[in-house]
Amino acid sequence: MHELSIASRVVELVVEQVCSAGGGRVAAVTLKIGALSCVHEDALRFSFNLVREETPLANAELRVVTVPVVIWCAACGREVTLPGIQKFACPECGTPSGDIRAGRELDLESVELAGDAAAVEAAKGRII
Amino acid sequence: MIEPRILEVRTKILKKNDELAREMRERFVRAGVLVVNMVSSPGTGKTAFLKQALARLLARGEPCAAVVGDLETDNDARRLAESGAPVRQIMTHGLCHLEADMVEKHLEGWDIASLRYLFIENVGNLVCPTSWDLGESVRLALLSVTEGEDKPLKYPGLFNTADVAAITKIDLAAACEFDRAKALVNIEAVRPGMRVFETSAKTGAGLDAWLAYLAERRRALVDGTPPPPRRSV
Repeated sequence: MHELSIASRVVELVVEQVCSAGGGRVAAVTLKIGALSCVHEDALRFSFNLVREETPLANAELRVVTVPVVIWCAACGREVTLPGIQKFACPECGTPSGDIRAGRELDLESVELAGDAAAVEAAKGRII
Repeated sequence: MIEPRILEVRTKILKKNDELAREMRERFVRAGVLVVNMVSSPGTGKTAFLKQALARLLARGEPCAAVVGDLETDNDARRLAESGAPVRQIMTHGLCHLEADMVEKHLEGWDIASLRYLFIENVGNLVCPTSWDLGESVRLALLSVTEGEDKPLKYPGLFNTADVAAITKIDLAAACEFDRAKALVNIEAVRPGMRVFETSAKTGAGLDAWLAYLAERRRALVDGTPPPPRRSV
């Protein structure tokens, strides 16, 4: 289960970010996971819950944005999104393509730092 | 009052591994050594295939070495060492894939520049090794005739990151009723244009063609010809 290695790296990276931002608690972490990355979301969540204990991420929400595979279709002259990952060919004209433009992501996108209770209430007030 | 805020990070989760792998690849290329990362299921015959390749390269006076990853035991290293090549075992103790720093650590003390080829036999697993760059120039995905023609469709992520594929144990193809055409179609579906070698470690079929391919790739590496595009994004 390589998701445990990946979750450990996520926590390491987020802790680095929190330290350079001057500390704080993490409210949410957003990851971008491509369809070709071979990461199982449930296994990743399970691993994340294990490795975040006793870190600033202890109560953080894990948000996962999944990215479908996008290939370049030379015949159509444009990028096309694949419905799955088993056939690397244009879904419209059938031309095979190994030119992958998206779908391999394994990225840490953003970290949301929590404010203190008063600031959170104030922020809510602004939104209303 | 501490305000809630969002830090836009946008970084690769495996950044540390990727950076080390890039550095290792540059070092290998400067030393003129072609590094091959071999990935397959357990039982595909990576070790038998590699042992034959090492023995043939040594017989031609081509210095080569191997590191081999397994969860436990050094059985594979001992088998590979029978070829006469220097071999080191990486025991991962439960980890399902190799990472760049593990490979780097196991190369300590070897004079890399004296080699022409270095093989990394990854842990037998068709999922987990996918995302870990080991500094290789060539990723070889292997599939044996005993595994079924649809393996590439079941594990497209890994086959799609490979530069080249080998079908192993073709001496058993008839007994397994292996549908060669279907296997080739499936490999082509998940990695259009990938070259496929049909091999048998037992009869030696296909091994010379594989070694000729490696020689060609090494020549390009030494000449500074850019490698074919791979693992874009």
